[in-house]
Order: sequence, then C-alpha cells, then structure tokens
Amino acid sequence: MLTAIEKKAIDHEIELVPYKKASVIEALKIVQQHRGWISDESIEAIADYLEISPAEVDSVATFYNLIFRKPVGRHIILLCDSISCYVMGYRLLHKALEEKLHIRMGQTSEDNRFTLLPNVCLGCCDHAPALMIDKDLYRDVEPALLDDILKKYT
Amino acid sequence: MPTIYIDNKPFDVKTGKNLLEACLSLGLDLPYFCWHPAMGSIGACRQCAVKVFKDEEDTRGRIVMSCMEGVKDGLRVSINDETAKAFRSQVVEWLMTNHPHDCPVCDEGGSCHLQDMTVMTGHNYRRYEFKKRTYTNQYLGPLINHEMNRCIQCYRCVRFYKDYAGGKDLNVFSAHNHVYFGREKDGVLQSPYSGNLAEVCPTGVFTDKTLKEHYTRKWDLTNAPSVCQHCSLGCNVIAGERYGKLRNIVNRYNGEVNGYFLCDKGRFGYEFVNSENRITQPLIRNQTIEATAYDKLIQHAGKLLSGHTLVGIGSPRASLESNYALLELVGKENFYQGIPDDLAYVEQKIVDILESGAIHTPSLKEIEEADAVLILGEDIWNTASVMALAVRQSVMKTAANHTTEQIPLPSWQDLAIKELVQETKGFLANVTVVPSPLDEIAAVSMRAAPDDLARLGFAIAHVLNPSLPEVPDAGEMINTQAAIIGKALQQARHPVIITGTSCWSNALIRASFDIAATLNAGLAFVLQECNSLGLAMMRAPSFEKAAAYAEETTNITAIILENDLYRCIPAIEADTFFSKCKHIIVLDTLHNRTTEKAHVLIPAATFAEADGTFVNNEGRAQRSCQVFMPANKEIRESFKWLSDIRTLQTTAGNGHERNPDDLLLAFENRFPKFAGISKVAPPHNFRIHGARIPREAHRYSGRTAMTANMAVSEPKPLQDDDSSLSYTMEGYRGLPPAPLIPFFWSPGWNSGQSVNKYQQEVGGMLKGGDPGIRLFEKTTTLPAFYQDAPEAFVPRPDKWMLLPQYHLFGSGELSVYTAGIASLSSGPYVSLSKHDAERHHVRNGDMVSVKADNKTYTFPLSIQESLPDGIVLVPAGLRGTDALSWGSWVNISTEIV
Amino acid sequence: MERPLTSNIYPDRPPLNLKEYEQAGGYAALRKVCSGMSPAALQKLVQDSNLKGRGGAGFNTGIKWSLVPMGDEAPHPKYLIANADEMEPGTFKDRVLLEGNPHQLIEGMILAAYAIQADTAYVFLRWAYHEAAALLRKSIQEAYDAGYLGQDILGSGFHLDMHLHTGVGRYMCGEETALLNALEGKRATPRAKPPFPQISGLFGKPTIVNNVETLCCIPHIVNNGADWFKGLSYSEDGGTKLYGVSGKVKKPGAWELPMGITMRELIEEHAGGMKSGFQLRGVLPGGASTDFLTVQHLDIKLDYKSVAAAGSRLGTGTMIVMDDGTCPVGFVHNLQHFFAQESCGWCTPCREGLPWVEKILLAMEKGEGRKEDLELLQMHTQLLGPGNTFCALAPGAMEPLQSALKYFRDDFEKHIDHKKCPYD
Ligand SMILES: Cc1cc2nc3c(=O)[nH]c(=O)nc-3n(C[C@H](O)[C@H](O)[C@H](O)COP(=O)(O)O)c2cc1C
Ligand code: SF4
Ligand code: FES
Repeated sequence: MLTAIEKKAIDHEIELVPYKKASVIEALKIVQQHRGWISDESIEAIADYLEISPAEVDSVATFYNLIFRKPVGRHIILLCDSISCYVMGYRLLHKALEEKLHIRMGQTSEDNRFTLLPNVCLGCCDHAPALMIDKDLYRDVEPALLDDILKKYT
Repeated sequence: MPTIYIDNKPFDVKTGKNLLEACLSLGLDLPYFCWHPAMGSIGACRQCAVKVFKDEEDTRGRIVMSCMEGVKDGLRVSINDETAKAFRSQVVEWLMTNHPHDCPVCDEGGSCHLQDMTVMTGHNYRRYEFKKRTYTNQYLGPLINHEMNRCIQCYRCVRFYKDYAGGKDLNVFSAHNHVYFGREKDGVLQSPYSGNLAEVCPTGVFTDKTLKEHYTRKWDLTNAPSVCQHCSLGCNVIAGERYGKLRNIVNRYNGEVNGYFLCDKGRFGYEFVNSENRITQPLIRNQTIEATAYDKLIQHAGKLLSGHTLVGIGSPRASLESNYALLELVGKENFYQGIPDDLAYVEQKIVDILESGAIHTPSLKEIEEADAVLILGEDIWNTASVMALAVRQSVMKTAANHTTEQIPLPSWQDLAIKELVQETKGFLANVTVVPSPLDEIAAVSMRAAPDDLARLGFAIAHVLNPSLPEVPDAGEMINTQAAIIGKALQQARHPVIITGTSCWSNALIRASFDIAATLNAGLAFVLQECNSLGLAMMRAPSFEKAAAYAEETTNITAIILENDLYRCIPAIEADTFFSKCKHIIVLDTLHNRTTEKAHVLIPAATFAEADGTFVNNEGRAQRSCQVFMPANKEIRESFKWLSDIRTLQTTAGNGHERNPDDLLLAFENRFPKFAGISKVAPPHNFRIHGARIPREAHRYSGRTAMTANMAVSEPKPLQDDDSSLSYTMEGYRGLPPAPLIPFFWSPGWNSGQSVNKYQQEVGGMLKGGDPGIRLFEKTTTLPAFYQDAPEAFVPRPDKWMLLPQYHLFGSGELSVYTAGIASLSSGPYVSLSKHDAERHHVRNGDMVSVKADNKTYTFPLSIQESLPDGIVLVPAGLRGTDALSWGSWVNISTEIV
Repeated sequence: MERPLTSNIYPDRPPLNLKEYEQAGGYAALRKVCSGMSPAALQKLVQDSNLKGRGGAGFNTGIKWSLVPMGDEAPHPKYLIANADEMEPGTFKDRVLLEGNPHQLIEGMILAAYAIQADTAYVFLRWAYHEAAALLRKSIQEAYDAGYLGQDILGSGFHLDMHLHTGVGRYMCGEETALLNALEGKRATPRAKPPFPQISGLFGKPTIVNNVETLCCIPHIVNNGADWFKGLSYSEDGGTKLYGVSGKVKKPGAWELPMGITMRELIEEHAGGMKSGFQLRGVLPGGASTDFLTVQHLDIKLDYKSVAAAGSRLGTGTMIVMDDGTCPVGFVHNLQHFFAQESCGWCTPCREGLPWVEKILLAMEKGEGRKEDLELLQMHTQLLGPGNTFCALAPGAMEPLQSALKYFRDDFEKHIDHKKCPYD
C-alpha cells in the first residue's frame, strides 16, 4: 500500500504525462525516497496504483542503477570508479572504505549505517577522485579525509 | 515489383518487405533470431547481417541488418560476402559465450533454432575461456519449463507474450549481459497462450513441460497433421507419438486459420489420449471379456439392432465420417444430434444464415485483418481462445495502420511502429454478459443480459440502416452505445462481427446477422465443439426430440456416438431417456457417465488414432490424420465399427464404404452441401513418385531396437490403408501436399522455423494453398433481415436467469485429462451481480444454492462486479458437474457462512 | 576573448537569480524573438551560425531543427528536451552550465522550443546533479512567474510548459532515443532510426533533443547574430566551446575557449601542464568514447574536423589525460568495465562482446593474458563498429581500445610476455 503522501506525489507526476504508466520511474523514485529501497510489496503497490502489472514495474525498476531492489543502509556511499577517478587513485579510496566499514563493494555495513556502491562518473573529473554520500558530493577525496567525512553520517 | 541483386544475381521480390523476409521467401538461407514473421523486426540480435552496396562500383559496401532494411528496386546485396559471413558467425560465438552447451540434456535439442543457426553460420570453435554467467530458473506452472541459462536474449518471448498476446506476467528484467526473461517472481504463467513460448523461444529456455513427462526428441516422433479437438476453431496441429503414447502437440501453420500460434488448451490438452480412463476393450454387459472379441461383438450388436427401433445419437466432437456412418446405420430419420434443443435451435439459425449465401464468414486471418470488430455476446476469450488472439491483432494492426498512414513506415518495423502508435488502439466493441481480458483493449465494453445485447445489436443495425426498425423502448444506454458502435463500424473498411452460441440466444445471432448484412461485413460464429458446425449442417433433430420419441416408443436400441449426454443435458432427462431404451450401445474413447449406461460398450479411437474430417466455425472442412495405431485391434475409428455393423446388418454396405474416402464420397453424394469434403486431403492411394509420405523423420532412431524386449527381429512397418502417410521413415522426402504435412523439417532447419520453407512467401500461405475447404461462400443472395428485436430483459423478483460461464481450462471435456490443465481449472462457484449479492446480504465465499432441473446445487459465491442484475452464472462443463438448463429461470437460496 | 556562455558564471558565487540574470542581459533574446521573429527565421539564424551539437555527434543544430514538421498540420504536442544526462566518463562541462547559470539554459530551451513550436520542454537531468536539480526547479518557477513560461509568453501567443526530470542512473539515458524511452517510463533501450525523433519522438510526437551546452548558445546567437557567433571561433565550426581537462595535470578544470584552440594550449596553458614527475602519454579528447591522441597530436586544433582528421573525435571536448605512470591496459580496462556495465542489453555484439573484452583486459592486467587475446581484442574493435550494433554505445567503447592497441601495443605485449602488469 502506498501512503497518502506517496500517492499525492505520484498523482502530481501522473498529471504531467499522457498516460499513467509513463510515470512509473517517478513513482519508483518517490517510493524509494520514502522507504529507502523498493521491496516486492512496493513494486506491487506501484503496479496497482498505475494500473500496470508488477512485472512491468519490475522490468523498469531492475533496469536502472539507482533503484534499489534490496534493502540499503541509512546512508549510501557512491564511489566513482570511472576513468578520471581511476587515474587519480580511486582504488585507494575503495580499499580504505572497505577496510573502515568492514564491507565489500555492494554490501551494507553491519550497523546498517552505510551501503557502499560503485558509481559511474559523477561529473566532477577535475576534482577526482570523488564520492557522494546521500546527496553530498565530496571532491578531491584522499583516504586520510575519509574519517572526517564518514563521521557526519550516523 | 522491385528487382534486387543478391550476390550479383537478380531477383524479383515483393514490395514492402524487408530484406530478410525477401531472402527467406526466395528460399535462401539467412540466419536470424529476433525477427519473427508474425512479429516483425527489431534489429536486436544482429544475426541477419548482410552487406549492401551503393551501386555496381561500390566494392566496400556496408553491413546492415537485413531484417531492418526494406527492399527497393536495384538494391545490391551480398549474403556471401566474407565480412558479413564472419560477422554472422561471430554473433553466434558471442551468443554462445554464456550458453551452457547442454544440448544432450536440453529438450530443445534436435528442434532447436539456435543449433540450426550455429551450424548455418559455421561457428564451431569457442574462443571464450572465462566463466559463464548463470541464472536461477523459475517455476512457471505446470505447462512451461524454464531454463534461463540457455537464453540468447532475442527478446522474442516477451515480444510474443506481452506485445503480441497481451500477457502481463512475463517480462525482461535487469540490463547489460544480465538481462533476464521470466516472471517478477515464481508462479504460474497467466496467459492462455503461454505454450507458444516453447515454439517462439529459439532455444531451450521455455519448453513444453508436459512433453518432459514423457520426453521424446523431435526426430524420434511419429507425426501426423491433426486438427485440434478442443473448440470450434479447428486450429491445425501436429501430434507426435512414440511407444504408443501421444507425446506432444505443436502448431501446424495454416495461414488462414491459426497461423503460428495455438492456445494452451489446444497445445496441452492432449493427455486424454494416454489416459488410464480410456476404453480399451469392447464390453457387453454381463458377459465375460472373452465373449467380446471383434466378431462376437459385431454379431451381438447386430442382434440388438435387427428388429428394434433404432435411435442414433450423433456427436459434435466426432468426425463427419463417424456421424455419417451412424446416420447410415440407423437411417436418416432415426439420427439425432446429441445436443440440447435450445442449442440446436441456435445452431440451426447459424447454418441457415451460412447456407443462405447472404453473408461472408471470415477466417481467423481475416479477423486479424479487420479494422473494426464487434463481439456480440460471445466470451471468445474462453470459448475461442485463438480468435481472441486474432481480435487483439486486429486492434493492434488497425492502430498501426492508422498511424503509418500519416508517417509511412513499413509494417515489419515493429519497434518504430510501437513507439509511434503508443497507446492508441483500433476499434473493438466487446459487448458480452461477462467481462474478459479483451475489455482492456476495447473501445467499448458493455455488460448486459443476452436479450439486451441482442437489442443493442438490432439498435446498431438500425443506426446503420434506418430502414430497419427501431428497437422499441431502447432507452438512452442502448441508443448511445449503438450510435458509437455503429459509427465506428461504418467508418471501417473491413469490419467483422463476432457472435456465437454460448449465450444460447437465437436473438443474438439474428441481430448480428442484421448488422453484418447491412454493412456487408464478415460475420464469424463461435460454436462449442470441434465439429459442431459439421453436425449442425446435417440438420438432425436435437436430443430432446430423441427423448420425446423414446417416450412414446418401445423396443428402442439407442446407439450413442462419442457423446457424454450427461454433459449436454440435465441428468434427469438423460436418466429418463436411458430408462426408456431397451438396448444401449455406446462408442467412445473414455469412460464417462454415459458409457456407464451402455449395454454394449465399444472402444473408439481418439483423433490421434483416427482419420477424420471436421468442420470448423468458419465452415472449413479439415482433415485430421491418424498419428499412430491404437494400442490394440479393438480400438478403432467409430466409423469403422459402425460400418462393420452395418455391413452385417444389410447387404448395402458390402464393405466398400470402410475406406474413409469412399465413405466421404457417399456422404457428398447423399448431402450435396458437403461437396468437397472428400477432397480436403489427397486420397488414401495418393503417392508421389510411387512413394508415401513418411510420418517419421529420416533420423528416426531405434527402429530395430524399440521392440527388442519382445522380439529381436525388426517388425514389419505398420500399414495404413486409409491414407497416403506411412509408418516409416522412408518415402517421399520433398514437400508433401499442404494437408498432409506430418512435420516441418528442411535441410539445415530442424526447428519449427523450417515452416518458412513450406510457405509460398514467408508468413504467407502454404505452398499449394492452406489446407481445408470452405463449405460456404457468399453469393449474390440478398439478405433477409430479421428485424425482430426481443423484449428487454427484466430481472424477476425471485427468479434468476441461469447462464453458463465457460472456462478455457475446465469447461473442456477432454482437455482436463491433462494434469496441468486440471490443476489450473476453475472449481465450481455461483456468480451474482454486486447489486444482487448486496440485496441478498451475501458476500464472496458464502454458499449459494441454485435449484435447477429438480436438483439443488450449492456452490460458493463469487461476485462478478459487472454482471447484469437478475442473472446467475455457473461454470459450465466442469468435470463432475451436471449440465444445466442454460437460459432458464431458476430459484436460488443463500446461506451465509 | 569573449566567453558568452560562462561570462556570468563565478566559481565562488551562487548563480544569478532571475533578476540578476535579466540585469546581465538575460531573456533579451527571448524578448527579441517574441516581438516578431518567426520560428523559421530563428531556425535559419541558428543554422547560419554553424552551431554544431555539443552532445558529441556534432551535427548542425539548425538543420536538425528543420526536420521537425511545422505549420498547422503538424502533429502536437511537440517536445523539446535538454539532454543533461552527462554521464560520459571524464565529462563535466554541462554541470558547469547547469550549476553556474540555469536561466541561460532555460532561455535557450524556450528559444529552441519556439523555433520548433514545441508545447512542452523537459530537462532530462542525471540523478547525481542534486545541486543543479534544486537550482533548475527554482529557476523554472521563477521563469513561470515572470511570464517566460506558460501561456502566451511575452504576448507572442506562444506557450510552453517546462518540467524537470531526473534520471535513475544509466549511461544509456544520454543516447537520445533511449532518453525518450526513459522519459516515457520505460527501459532506456534505444529506438530504431528512422523514424528520427524529429518525426516520432517522445510519446510518438515530434521531438528535438539537444545538449545543454548547445542550448546555452542559442540566446547569444539571437542577441548577437550568426556572424558574431562564427567569429568567436578559430575554426569553421561556430562559437566557443567548453573544454575540460582531467587527469594528472596541474590545474584540472573546464574553460570556455574559442572553438579550435590547440590541444597544446589547452593542456599546457589552461590546465597548467602535467603534474611534476609525470609525462603525458595519451589523451582522450572528448570523453571516454573517443580515440586516444598522443604527444604527436598536441598541436591539432580542437574542432570537429581537425580532431577527426587526427583519428579521433572532439566528442564532448572534455579530455582525459593519461600519464606515464598509469597503465594503459588498466586504463582501457576501466573504460571497458564501464561500457560493459552500461550496455543496455539489447543487441548481441555489445551485450556479449563488451564483457568479453573486459574479461580479457582484466586477465591481462593480472598477468594471465595470452597472445591470442590481442587478436580477439582487435577483432572486437572491428566487429563492434558503427552499423554492426544497434546504437553508438559499443562503437564508442571501441574507440579508446582500438587506438590503445595502436599507440600502446607494447604495453599490452609486456603484460602478456612478463605475465604481470609492468606498472604495479
Ligand atoms: C551511449 C550514448 C550516451 C550519450 N550521452 C549523452 C549525454 O549524456 N549528453 C548528451 O548531450 N548527449 C549524449 N549523447 C548524444 C545524444 O544521443 C545526442 O546526440 C545529443 O543529445 C544531441 O544533442 P546535440 O545535437 O545538441 O549534440 C549520447 C550518445 C550515446 C550513444
Ligand atoms: S550497442 Fe546495443 S546493447 Fe549496446 S547500448 Fe547500444 S543497443 Fe544497447
Ligand atoms: S533477425 Fe535481424 S537483427 Fe535479429
């Protein structure tokens, strides 16, 4: 079941498109924003609301990188692994993050605080390496800076 | 006609086609995966690459996908170009990087499009040395097996299931080389067309689960061309046997009828042939089995016949041959259709209309090509499933045609057309008693009682032709809908009206006729059984007439042909009838309540063990050929038993009508309206260069070993005196005449895709013409309009009109012998409208009793939101349930749980 | 030197709000057009300016617009879309414009929409650009409030609605037909062309997709004319260009410069040259899907034609510098990993070929490469070329690989011969 707030936000998106199902990506984003990830139940609720099949919703949901079909931690670390960050040493950050959080890429820390995910170019190659936590972008990151950055997220 | 140059040779090709179709139609081999003749091009697999050149001077050329390139005059193409060849073989190597190479354990092996294309492109050495990605498989229900690792991502499954057939629960998930085709989670596939996945999938991802239970490779099957037995559409099928068991049914292409696809009832409902419930021995009540050897039985039956008053009850599911043999045995005046009076009356109206020549009745292909469809009163989703698929194509194609009139795109450009068309649809009005999934694509959906549907029909006729009478007190609802539907039909160039017998309403047939005749539109009828129309054309009286006759006559010997009367008339009437008969002879394939009454029970051959001719809803007579010899000599075609008894009885038969050809000739002579039925397929003595057409592929294996446990010498091949098909792998290897194609195979093309080689052009008619002979054609006869709208339906205060709800899975007598179909069948229930349920304070699941035909039936309630008030629905034909007096007014009582 | 696109962008200040933008001359172009310039005249003007699409393909923008059906008979609604998906690795130029001066983009979009008489405009923004999203939302509202959007814009009778759509992460969304599918709420797989989006685009209606930078040029062309715009350039392609440099240079960054400056000037002057201790070995001149250029090419002009003549593409104009401390095999592997991951999975060569390439490169890096692998890589660069795949993703992916095999072949061979990465 979608909440009233979710429905309202989805209704707004529906108004902007010629038919309901065209707003499915928006609906997925809205629900994920409220629930952190998209569960099977969320898929069904969205399908129901947009009058399409769950398979149709899931087909779209699983295509995109940033729709999470598994539970994620409270904060999401997106580490840029694209070329400029590669040249500028993102691999050191990768290693440092895995060590600090005791998780591998793609996993969620035991305290459920962080999920660590690889991400394609964040569009700040002139300040590589870069990473993003939730909506905050960090540029020119060095392993030594990580502790201070991570501290901000509880 | 454009001329194109393929490897410097000129060819004339048809305008509007793509290069791949054109090459295949020319008989050239070109590999492909994502393209499908019924679904068009998407350019995804990149398998069909060829080189095209700007002009004669151009030697470099460029690679194009032939499926995405339209033909145009002067186009220069090379299939044999080395870079194109290398690319095509590379595409297979790419596809094989993740394919498990598990052909030996894969059900597709031997009829696999991927195998064929791999060989065709010449790829044979794998250079990929890394780990393959693996998937988990899903449980997709009892009919279809899933093995995702074999997937080559051609997208054909989703394009068929979702786009072509409108299914909702199969899709593509994820991206890059993780794309996955399946359901959002494990579960039974919901589409009634899911079985086609087994044929649409070019490899072994989706396979026939029922075949898996008794698996046999394609090359080891003994096959014959058959006609589906499960509804009146008569889809063409190929049935395959090994070791005396029917193993599978696959589609037999017929451009006018089923095209490339079947419904799941037709594909999987074959297991009754293998059932433990088969009647395998003749039985005479109170006699030992030994007494019932062939001769004894014939003599005994002869005794029961001579000096007795005969009543022969025919069958809408038995062949023309068998019905006619019974008619000859008992005499025309003693031959009855084994169907209820009300139904016979409706069917008679249909035959009247068709025989009048005032109307054209369209094939399924023509329905697909209609540009506006009105369904009046028939639940075709459940009663004529493949027709519903054809209607869907009409709706989709019409939308595409409208849009491409503005922006010209060739019809094979599937991807681009879909994007252009978006959600627009062609016109469909689905006006019926019960809702169906077709409503989702319908411009007009309406629910009403049969009489009101007929009134709407007459109102539409009036809109189209104001000289036809207005419907009295039509009311705003009917008038508005009639105006909308009338207008849409009027604007169409090829409108089609569909109606049928499942409402048991004569008025619906009349109204549909008036509309179709006014518009000069096609009028399609749906009947109930595979030979309903053939039997109806014999114009024999209904069962009730036989019962009435039995009531006033003594000394009756009744012969009942392949017909469980308890499924067609209320039990009480059947009981009464049987109690009046002195002797009862029953011929049938499976034990049922009627066979229990038999004094003499005679085992009949099923369609797979018999030759037979059936008339489908379109009036197309089609031949079904024997696939294998029955398990013993006593199981024989009904017409053979009946002819033998007759030979003994009279001297008239002299035995020479035992051959089906002779029988059909005699039939035609006696009933000229059946003219042509003897020529539906070549005669039994037809040979090509002196050779028969083999039922077995030339790779058929184990012939010398199959029966070695019984005898080590190789048995003599079985002899089939009835047809020109043989029970061997030897014989004529070329293309057989279209009605006698036992299986599709061509060098290098082991999968069903080889059908390309049997068609005049890809997706067109079979070489030599699509099988079947139409018995009705429109003439110049002017229509005689009916103009007699019934009174409006008025719900009664304490009576309900009892109507049947058909279920694709469950309502069929024979198909439920397939365990998978039985497990998906509906259980019994009672449906009322939401309003009626509220009025009676009952909710879903409460027990509701229906009093009909002196019996009380108590079933749980299942509310149908949109059902008209005053109607009670009960599922028809479920195993173990009684036939009811459909269309009568009944009492109900409710009990709240 | 004029820098029309960035002259109002200041790194340390928030971007201009509506009022400031107007004070700086903003929306004057729109006023000019609304007071009597015909759509056809606007199309012509842009065509004459020789503005080439900045999304990578470099097609003349005015000509692209001219394919949209016009007049009373034309289908409606028509759409204009700003492609702000910027996910090409190494590319960060649109971000500068989006975050630096959102009204400039909005004005450019309104003008472009006017030129094709579009009814609705979308900004398709990549998900990660949160700051840009917030700015755009605010600025679009400001534009509505000021009457630059909505009904009867500035009394011209022209109306336009504008929405912001943020993506959910897929490089493919940047490909214009896949972008349309994404906007329709579908999987971002590309569409068959023809028909082109100008004829059958978003929701089957005529649609123009333009890159952010392309659209930002429009107001300036309107204000100053086609000749002025051409005059900004050192080459025959019109205008200035946002160039960028990333990698081990002293001052990585993005700069608006005349179209056609040399690579040497860009790297040595604007980016300050290589960091000390590093030598330049190769450059991807316009994002991840362009061919390597090397030291020998430093003096070529950075315009579409000259870069093509040197065997690469100007692409997005944001270059990635590969230094001598970076292993070319690892470098290319990183790129191929990206492309394999971002393949949409529609066509066989890309879906199956790229992961194979990626695995070979990974094996090489680990010292497990074989001689035959070079042939396999070479084969892929040929067979994943344009026309063989459904869209341009895979051909783009092959560009850096094929040029790496040309310029850095000895590095590949060393990996194979020594069974390890010489840079480790
Ligand atoms: C895989 C792929 C990704 C692309 N990504 C982008 C992108 O992020 N931004 C962009 O403007 N163009 C991108 N393009 C180019 C667009 O398809 C299109 O050519 C461009 O948006 C047209 O705008 P223009 O005419 O203004 O250059 C991409 C193309 C491909 C094949
Ligand atoms: S090249 Fe093919 S698989 Fe790759 S992104 Fe384009 S269409 Fe998709
Ligand atoms: S059949 Fe032509 S690309 Fe698949």
